[in-house]
Amino acid sequence: MAQVSLNNIRKIYANGYEAVTPTSFDIADGEFVVLVGPSGCGKSTLLRMVAGLEDITEGVLSINDRQVNHVDPADRDIAMVFQNYALYPHMTVRKNIGYGLKNRKIPADMIESKVQEAAKMLNLTDYLDRKPSQLSGGQRQRVAMGRAVVRDPALFLFDEPLSNLDAKLRHQMRIEIKALQRRLGVTSIYVTHDQVEAMTMADRIIVLNEGRIEQIGTPAEIYHAPASTFVASFMGAPPMNLIDARLADGQIMINGNTALAPAQGTGAITLGIRPEDVEIHDDAPIHFHVDIVEELGAHRLLHGQLADQDFTIHVGKDVAATPGATRIAIKPDCCCLFDPETGKAL
Amino acid sequence: MKRAGFTTTWLPILLLVPQLLIIAVFFYWPAVHALQSSFYLQDPFGFGSTYVGLENYTDLAQSSEYLKITRFTVVFTLLVTFFSLALALLLAVKADTVIRGARTYRTLLMWVYAVAPPVAGFIGLLMFNQSWGPLTDIARAIGWDFKLGVNFNDTATAMVIVSVWKQVPVNFIFFLSGLQSIPKSVREAALIDNRSASGRFWDVTFPLLAPTGFFLLIINITYALFDTFGIIDTLVKGEPGNNPMTLVYKVYVDGFRGNDLGGSSAQSVVLMVLVLALTVFQFRLVERRIHYT
Ligand SMILES: Nc1ncnc2c1ncn2[C@@H]1O[C@H](COP(=O)(O)OP(=O)(O)OP(=O)(O)O)[C@@H](O)[C@H]1O
Ligand SMILES: [Mg+2]
Repeated sequence: MAQVSLNNIRKIYANGYEAVTPTSFDIADGEFVVLVGPSGCGKSTLLRMVAGLEDITEGVLSINDRQVNHVDPADRDIAMVFQNYALYPHMTVRKNIGYGLKNRKIPADMIESKVQEAAKMLNLTDYLDRKPSQLSGGQRQRVAMGRAVVRDPALFLFDEPLSNLDAKLRHQMRIEIKALQRRLGVTSIYVTHDQVEAMTMADRIIVLNEGRIEQIGTPAEIYHAPASTFVASFMGAPPMNLIDARLADGQIMINGNTALAPAQGTGAITLGIRPEDVEIHDDAPIHFHVDIVEELGAHRLLHGQLADQDFTIHVGKDVAATPGATRIAIKPDCCCLFDPETGKAL
Repeated sequence: MKRAGFTTTWLPILLLVPQLLIIAVFFYWPAVHALQSSFYLQDPFGFGSTYVGLENYTDLAQSSEYLKITRFTVVFTLLVTFFSLALALLLAVKADTVIRGARTYRTLLMWVYAVAPPVAGFIGLLMFNQSWGPLTDIARAIGWDFKLGVNFNDTATAMVIVSVWKQVPVNFIFFLSGLQSIPKSVREAALIDNRSASGRFWDVTFPLLAPTGFFLLIINITYALFDTFGIIDTLVKGEPGNNPMTLVYKVYVDGFRGNDLGGSSAQSVVLMVLVLALTVFQFRLVERRIHYT
């Protein structure tokens, strides 16, 4: 439906604060891109610039090769779902969903059939005559979705649409939104601070930090090959273990003499290891001291010390674990190396 | 939500007493007194009174002058209410979009609120002064020989203008806070749904301001009916006879100038019933309909 291209987009607010440093990326037609990052990193700012709700200080924004920097939000052929849904409180669900169509000179009978269709898709048919105040949070969320899908826009924008829902509903809506997007094939930008949402929904993830892009990649790339220690510790729960280590003699060494895994180079590094990339064996080479065992049902987290540094291991429920000394091995090719000064991947 | 409460019963009563006393002394007692004297014919020189039953009321109903004043009051109230609300809404909508210097702008607009009605009337007198009033000059420039206190329509116009001017700030404050309580995201959603600014105003902003607007409607009707007394008194001072006046001013003129306490009391009672009706109407409607969230 649309490809979107951001070329050195920058945002400086009126108070002089630079919320987004010059940022460029392209979104392919039909792609689901998730913008993720900690609070205040500029996700909403970026999204709102795409929507036209915030002026673009510098740079060029194009939707389908048309520069839209100064195009009215209503003329950008976008639909947005807001965190608090932003439903019109005085309109019924039917009017809420149909309002955008009404203003686009679409005949009334056509609006009605489109609204019905959207309502059916979102299980809202029974609620069309209610006001938003008479709906549950999940239903309001669906109305907000309905308002977006009914317009059949070129681009969907979502700003943390699920963060006001409880965990169970969030899980369910996550799957529904993703399925809906697949079915409609609408290019989407989805903002969230929840890395699970990012991992499960995205075709491509853009990790933002302090107004800068840290990494762009598929969920697998982001997870397995983080571009920086920031991405490594932001994505994944529990986060990647980051410990101080050293390269010598073709090995990653910790604590002076324990060889962890083969690697080329010399000097100090930050070593990143995902908690699940570790195995426990009695005859394994590395000493690990378990302090706390966290039971999570399907699996266990063992928090402890590796060469006097905090380290967490994720094991299946079938692996017995008790606090105390044990021995571990790192699975092959599971080490990420970072520059200890800049935090960038080596 | 946490509820704060009193642990003893006498403390809240004690705290209420001053307020209740004030209401009793300045409202209930005079009200009862007015009701009572509306059934009597008072001697103009204060030598006793005669019971006349409903005669004061029937006199009112048959008085063509009273009917004329009623008609004027209705027109005056409608004009003042309409223009006060419309102007305030316009200013509030504009002020809401001002980003730079917003506070100064708002403060300047609110200042008029602090002007007491008689002072507002006095400023009106100056503005409409026959020989050098700036507003008289403007009127003259468009070929309107404005004669305050002489020409009935001219005086009425001045009364409306000054009353509106005095009331706009109050409405402005309420409309502005009403506008600012509309969630930003709702307006942004409208921005995406509708390209026309006036369309967005009438479809989204205006309906969401309706609760504020309705509340202000009642406040403004009450204001135009009763609180414009000071303005009218200042503007028509000296010769109320040929000049326009409202029902409230008529109560004063008959009671204190004409010494017809009985007739004046009957008029007060009529007004009290009117206020009662307005209040009931307000509560009914506020409870019933205009309420979102
Ligand atoms: N109108 C504004 N004027 C000045 N600074 C602003 C304005 N709006 C946002 N900011 C700042 O810009 C930065 C980015 O804000 P933004 O809303 O984009 O964050 P976010 O990534 O969406 O965070 P969250 O996850 O909390 O929603 C923040 O530091 C914020 O304080
Ligand atoms: Mg945000």
